[in-house]
Amino acid sequence: MDTKKVDIEELQGLARRFRKEILRTIYEAGSGHPGGSLSAVEILIALYYYKMKHKPENPSWPLRDRFIMSKGHASPVVYVTLANRGYFPKEELKTFRKLGSRLQGHVHIGVPGVELSTGSLGQGLSVANGIALGAKIKKENFNVYCLLGDGEIQEGQNWEAAMTASHHKLDKVCAILDRNMVQENGPVSEIKNEDPLADKWRSFGWHTIEIDGHDFKKIISALDEFDTVRGKPTFIIARTTKGKGVSFMEGQAKWHGKAPKKDEYEKAIKELGGE
Amino acid sequence: MSPEVKATRDAFGEALMELGRENRNVVVVSGDLEDSTRAERFKKEFPERFFNLGIAEQDILGSAVGLSLVGLIPFASSFAVFLTNRAYGILRISICYNRRNVKLVGSHAGLTVGEDGATAQCLEDLAITRVLPNITVLAPADGLETKKATKAIADMRGPVYMRLGRFAVPTITKEKDPFVIGKADTLRAGRDVTLIACGIMVWEALKAADALLDKGINARVINMHTIKPIDAAIITNAARETGAIVTCEEHQINGGLGSAVAEVLVKKNPVPVEMVAVGDSFGESGSPDELLAKYHLKDVDIIRAAQKVLGRKKGA
Repeated sequence: MDTKKVDIEELQGLARRFRKEILRTIYEAGSGHPGGSLSAVEILIALYYYKMKHKPENPSWPLRDRFIMSKGHASPVVYVTLANRGYFPKEELKTFRKLGSRLQGHVHIGVPGVELSTGSLGQGLSVANGIALGAKIKKENFNVYCLLGDGEIQEGQNWEAAMTASHHKLDKVCAILDRNMVQENGPVSEIKNEDPLADKWRSFGWHTIEIDGHDFKKIISALDEFDTVRGKPTFIIARTTKGKGVSFMEGQAKWHGKAPKKDEYEKAIKELGGE
Repeated sequence: MSPEVKATRDAFGEALMELGRENRNVVVVSGDLEDSTRAERFKKEFPERFFNLGIAEQDILGSAVGLSLVGLIPFASSFAVFLTNRAYGILRISICYNRRNVKLVGSHAGLTVGEDGATAQCLEDLAITRVLPNITVLAPADGLETKKATKAIADMRGPVYMRLGRFAVPTITKEKDPFVIGKADTLRAGRDVTLIACGIMVWEALKAADALLDKGINARVINMHTIKPIDAAIITNAARETGAIVTCEEHQINGGLGSAVAEVLVKKNPVPVEMVAVGDSFGESGSPDELLAKYHLKDVDIIRAAQKVLGRKKGA
């Protein structure tokens, strides 16, 4: 593991707070996607508070590491992370999904810190590869991270991109799979089984790591391992729980894409330690 | 005297290579068809800026978006039918919604692909691309215009789709003719009827205008090389001054050039319009000339359409 100082407890504190802010953002909007936002909290925090080189005060800094949120419906976790990191005022979270807001329902390029509008699943990994190919041409040295959903990788474009990244030895590309096991209408394994998932990506030429996607130490260690890999892209399967942190949302497909009602919201906040 | 002939794809291959020399930011992604699309010449000279990403159009367009995000100018090159049809969702979201500086160049458009038949003959690309916000859509008429268009799209920011053909077509534009995106060219003055054409149909329209003159009909000919943004001024002027329009395209009758022209006319100056286009059907195998004849895309079809529209003209 990197010698970089990291206070795991502090990150865990952030995760608790982010979960509440994600729920508040969705609750105030009256719609949104809580399940796949809550599952990816630790991944986003590990990237934006530990791993990535970036400058919130200068979002277009040329040497920044790039982050592509391919599962664009989980916009609340991205917007909450960027707001907390200082890319835009946290106040603005109240405008999520409202007419005229930069905070569009799905991840939007108009938001400071966002590289690409997404929302039609399966489009992010090719873009991440293209950035890495372009960086090679321009001899710029930065990493490209791409967060995918496990329902999302049923889209064939991911597998076209999987071949491109390994063929072109894109070792600056790190794809992270939010493996929360649940998609909109039920368990991934029942809708279109993806196992053996790690074998699939390995056979496509990726350095593949499987971890607990809610354990900061494991995420950080996987991200640091990615730095040491040469000649192939890295695929981190982060095993997570959809709706993580809220008992009645955990593992439930019905919380993929709806906002909690008042009593549900209050119950969820209480479970997360209160306001 | 017949003019020189050259395929627009050949002109594109040359222009792309020249662009590569002029601008180090120009890169090319290809769907394993660079031998046919003529992007091969760029590949040979600039292998480090050329990527054959295999038979994977979605990935090609997505990768082009990534390349554009680091300030490069990617040209995505394949057959029109694969580039537009096979990766439409990526064109819509990753490219157009994100306003990326990606240039799609689809060769082998239209029936004149010939013997390969319906699966390779793209007849809907103008319709499905022009409906997307933020995109510019071009259909140059000959090799010379294609060269100018290739340079022009590299110089502008934003998504572009440019339609090219497989077989050699007469060079009808002149070296000195200016090429301005969104500004159509009047190739022949006329006051009785206006023929508005794009792509290879401009040549057919010019031949038709000659034949019409022999019948005492003075036809104006407009080369509408830009389908979007369409040159509304030249269309409304033609409507006002000639009172009847014939549109000519190697494309489905629904949604393409004819529709774009009609959309302008109904709002500004409704006059009778006849559309020479493929009549809502797929193509088939055959030689380019046989296909143009069978699907009524020849000069004789334009002449017939002109006579018909003149019969509908006010006061006729």
